[in-house]
Amino acid sequence: MLDAPFNPGALVGPFTSAHPGLGGVCSFVGEVRGGDGVEALELLHYEPMTLPGIEQLAAQAAERFDLMGLLMVHRTGVMQPGEPIVLVSACAEHRRGAIDAVDFCMDHLKAESWFWKREKRMDGWHWIEPRDSDHADLARWA
Amino acid sequence: MSVKLVFLGKLADIAGEAVRDMSAPLNWERLLAHLGEDLASEIASDRVRIALDGELLADKAQLVAQDGSEVALLPPVSGG
Repeated sequence: MLDAPFNPGALVGPFTSAHPGLGGVCSFVGEVRGGDGVEALELLHYEPMTLPGIEQLAAQAAERFDLMGLLMVHRTGVMQPGEPIVLVSACAEHRRGAIDAVDFCMDHLKAESWFWKREKRMDGWHWIEPRDSDHADLARWA
Repeated sequence: MSVKLVFLGKLADIAGEAVRDMSAPLNWERLLAHLGEDLASEIASDRVRIALDGELLADKAQLVAQDGSEVALLPPVSGG
């Protein structure tokens, strides 16, 4: 968990190097979307539960997919459009495990992790309600 | 000594603060009575979960928080 801007590329390099012999690495970076009049985005969390929840998610992914390594980095605090929010990177001997693990972790981070998001527009801050599609994405893994 | 109430997400806006201390012990009926109509109706809805010391309660009505405990009121998440 980070409360300041980060450079995903600077993390993926060392993560990849730490797993010699890998067959593939898959990385996803989520950023604050521009447009729609969004001036800033704030992500709040609940410290006693957010990190333990993500650690549990990592354990599930490690059990479900054939991985060599898994990296999850998540921002909190106020971010500007174009800033990275989340990085998930997985490496494995074979590509399918890495790709599916990243997809799995992202769907769970979006729909189940303890984060609350609000957007700043011209007229002030607005809380973002959960989207039905987040839960539909999650259902793919049931 | 007291119980620490933590309001997450938009509940903090409605409450006007993120953290509030209440005297122990705190149960579900006392919590609702204390919070006032707007917050109580939000918190009674199925969409809001309650955690006691970092553990989700399966049944909110079973809440019993003792001295030194932390009670978190968790609206639906919108993360990632």
